[in-house]
Amino acid sequence: MNKNVGIVIVSHSPDVARGTADMVRQMVGDDVPLAWCGGNPDGGLGTSVPDILAAIDRAWSERGVAVLVDLGGAETNSEMAIEMLPEERAGRVLLCNAPIVEGAVMAGTEASAGSSLEDVRRTAEELRPA
Amino acid sequence: MTNDAAARGRLIRAMAERLIAHAEELTALDQAIGDGDHGLNMKRGFETVLAQADTLAEQPLPEALSGIGKTLVMRVGGASGPLYGTLFLTLGKTLPAEPSAADWPSALDAAVAAVKARGKSDAGQKTMLDVLVPVLEDLKRGGDGLPGRLATVAHAAAEATVPMRAVRGRASFLGERSVGHMDPGARSSALLVDAVVAWLEEKA
Repeated sequence: MNKNVGIVIVSHSPDVARGTADMVRQMVGDDVPLAWCGGNPDGGLGTSVPDILAAIDRAWSERGVAVLVDLGGAETNSEMAIEMLPEERAGRVLLCNAPIVEGAVMAGTEASAGSSLEDVRRTAEELRPA
Repeated sequence: MTNDAAARGRLIRAMAERLIAHAEELTALDQAIGDGDHGLNMKRGFETVLAQADTLAEQPLPEALSGIGKTLVMRVGGASGPLYGTLFLTLGKTLPAEPSAADWPSALDAAVAAVKARGKSDAGQKTMLDVLVPVLEDLKRGGDGLPGRLATVAHAAAEATVPMRAVRGRASFLGERSVGHMDPGARSSALLVDAVVAWLEEKA
């Protein structure tokens, strides 16, 4: 069981998601469970609910998972995925209202310090546009 | 009426074929004010629905509608997946196994409320709700001319999104420049209403 909160990155573009994950990984190494997804079910730009569910599964931590998204569709699809989680995981995945790259790096750093899911989200959201 | 599999199959195909046939038009509308993926996204979702039409039609109507919703959620790939998915899932959850005409206003009421919650939106923001809300209100009003009247209401409502300014979704980035174009989600909702009304009239 991982002792740190996990991070999931959801972008319309797989390149953006992977690049963002690389940046987080460089900051926090393997201390934080980390997964990304990007692209619609046919591989074009967009997001996919099954892919988001799979990414949450890969980054799963008993302490919870923070999800970072880019644009509106990624947010709506992530909210839908979070609602579809099995009951035992409900309430332990939170969406962060923050810019994807900066938010993921901040969330990853906070998570690597062993902070709670709520603290991880709060730190990411300090970057929220006013 | 909705208790026979053949009729349910016709309804499912009517909705799917209508959306697929208008995919390019929806894409063109979305290119004007969004990211241009609405047509392809709806097409991908409804092509899967079409492929499942026989299996879906064998189930009672609420389960069939929930099945459509689940497929749209999993396959569409844009915000319209969860939004239309929620509409169908909520109809499926709310309708009784053998719905009568009287069950539809309250079921659509619940479904439209769920779409509002999912999109954190309401009528007047240049979205699909600008069609769904007036259609719901007209359905609740009842009286003569249903269901045909609903298609007229839906098309007028989609047309009425042209001068609106978007405040939700990608179109909101354009601000004033979103004015002057029909909302693609409003258009796809009107197309769905069309398909359902045509199906009801064919049966009548």
